[in-house]
Amino acid sequence: MSTATDQRPAFAPARSLLRFATAGAVDDGKSTLIGRLLHDSRSLLADQLEQLELASAERGDDGLDLAMLTDGLRAEREQGITIDVAHRYFETARRAFIIADTPGHAQYTRNMVTGASTADLAIVLVDARNGLTEQSRRHAVLAALLRVRQLVLAVNKMDLVGFDEAVFGTIAAEFAAFTDRLEVRQVTAIPISALRGDNVVHRSEAMPWYDGPSLLEHLEEVDAGDDRAAGPFRLPVQCALRAPERDYRGYAGQIAGGTIAQDEEVLHLPSGTRTTVVAVDTADGELDRARAPQSVTVRLADDLDVGRGDMLCAAENAPAATEELTAEVCWMSATSALEPGRRLLLKHTTRTVKAVVAEVRDRLDVTTLHRSPVVRLELNEIGAVVLRLAQPVFCDRYADNRATGGAVLIDEATHATVGAVLITGTH
Amino acid sequence: MPTELSRLDLLESEAVHLIREVVAEFDRPALLFSGGKDSAVLLRLAEKAMAPAPIPFPVLHVDTGHNFEEVLEFRDRRAAELGVRLVVASVQDSIDVGRVAEQPGGSRNRAQTVTLLDAIAEHRFDALFGGARRDEERARAKERMLSFRDAFGQWDPRNQRPELWNLYNGLIHPGEHVRAFPLSNWTERDVWAYIECEGVELPSLYFAHNRKVFERDGMLLADNPFLPRDPSEVLVEKSVRFRTVGDMTCTGAVPSTATTVSEVIAEIAATRVSERGQTRADDRTSAAAMEDRKREGYF
Repeated sequence: MSTATDQRPAFAPARSLLRFATAGAVDDGKSTLIGRLLHDSRSLLADQLEQLELASAERGDDGLDLAMLTDGLRAEREQGITIDVAHRYFETARRAFIIADTPGHAQYTRNMVTGASTADLAIVLVDARNGLTEQSRRHAVLAALLRVRQLVLAVNKMDLVGFDEAVFGTIAAEFAAFTDRLEVRQVTAIPISALRGDNVVHRSEAMPWYDGPSLLEHLEEVDAGDDRAAGPFRLPVQCALRAPERDYRGYAGQIAGGTIAQDEEVLHLPSGTRTTVVAVDTADGELDRARAPQSVTVRLADDLDVGRGDMLCAAENAPAATEELTAEVCWMSATSALEPGRRLLLKHTTRTVKAVVAEVRDRLDVTTLHRSPVVRLELNEIGAVVLRLAQPVFCDRYADNRATGGAVLIDEATHATVGAVLITGTH
Repeated sequence: MPTELSRLDLLESEAVHLIREVVAEFDRPALLFSGGKDSAVLLRLAEKAMAPAPIPFPVLHVDTGHNFEEVLEFRDRRAAELGVRLVVASVQDSIDVGRVAEQPGGSRNRAQTVTLLDAIAEHRFDALFGGARRDEERARAKERMLSFRDAFGQWDPRNQRPELWNLYNGLIHPGEHVRAFPLSNWTERDVWAYIECEGVELPSLYFAHNRKVFERDGMLLADNPFLPRDPSEVLVEKSVRFRTVGDMTCTGAVPSTATTVSEVIAEIAATRVSERGQTRADDRTSAAAMEDRKREGYF
């Protein structure tokens, strides 16, 4: 099969890409863990190490303060905490990694949700001395809710509990019992010491009772689980591209689900018209077949009125076209609440529509999974909400497709992004 | 099922998506084009995102007046070849009208911010594409793909819009603007790999050539009229190339014999010094130099 992909010369790194998010409470050693991963995988360069040594010495630290590597803002370095999501990059011979480094404070739930939205895997870090906390459970629930299929429990600071197998075993068992109730594919527990480097990149000799992989070995081997191309075809239309002198008219977008090829039948929403794909174009030429998440331009057999916000989809398996949604909403505004009657904008795929909150049904306790009835959601709270829309959107359940099942809420007055929407049902 | 997408395919697809979102949602975008390798890649991505239609927005160059000739030649030629409008905003003009003052030491890096913001206001640009990458520097690691700037052009790292999935909130009020960074998730090696497999043309500066240089603070600086040397700084002719391209007064060269893209890639793979650490004097001022400049409105 000839696709643009195959034509890339061999020197283009074809290694897979794993996106993962890290979560841990303050002082669980999250920044140190990331620093250790970068340091021991030889991803740091000499000048970065030198800068680190200098900064560590200035703070009077004995040895390298690896946490200083990741705290990018002045306020973070001064306070020794992480304020906002940052992205880090490193690669090994086997895989390239993008880390969404998310702060651990309860009040930063919105950052964890943001970081997890694009992650294939989440690392939940706990302090071996404290065991599982409310925070650890919250992180596991948020990751599962955001459809992160792979969880790693990194039990840190094993050196401070004498590398005791029983301590690790108890925490791992408790975590497994809790995550049994969540929709995740795989949960892996690894005992580590980020400060010393045990089982982070290199396996530890201090814990001979542990025969599993180091954290990095696990990250290199874990199934990245990109199942975006497996579902039915979805192409939210971003814009029409025209070249009048060539009589060219195509519809550009990033495939949000499934695959598409020439001669396949598609359905256009909102018109409900069926048509045939004449060609799947890229700037490098036509593709035999394209898959999610490729950005392509599709030409159609019929002259339809197709524009931004429309969707082309599998003819026999269309998304719901609906003006009423039920969703899990994570509320992200510190200055206002989500309550019935509130008017907002909903941005879903390439379509932005007016929305009104019809009902707030409950609030999810993200540490116990218990739901309680409430009348409003405040900052960092998550709950079931019913939204009524001024125009239909073309959506799947978030559990089935992150791209067509996720949306954001925007405040019309301030333009702030105030809510993450995970669609659970349509009316 | 088609074969797995490579990492470059994924990065390209993500960048093309963001470029198309900005073109669809904004009235007056422009692309920041310095003639450097990241902006050359960005320009190629814009070309690919819009093909077969032409690039529908101008490119903007903030000219410090201290640029390498090779870069200006490349800038003018590429813009002409692509048929895009080139807007040049001149730091010298800003100095001449008293908008900014010349800094001691001759660096005009910080002055660029004022010139840039003035150009944004003058041309009423509402979205600016930039080639910044998150792997460059730790303040940049905090940056969004679509980054909101207030009416003063300021970036507030503590109050950024959450960015979920591939949904970018591009709503702004008049006078505000956004910066779009399609290369956010690319590393230096990704950029070079892309240059190689796409055959992206670069200024000759990026490849080894003989040049008169002198050493200052462990960096090799090019002999140029804007940078007075003290007597201990002796000119020597060396085979060098540039890893980044910026203002001549603060961009260092590295000793090199690499004359082709693949030779440059091999040298980068072997180096133990980061791109900014090796060649950017302006980042050495303080641990928060980039953060401070970004807050003010720097790219």
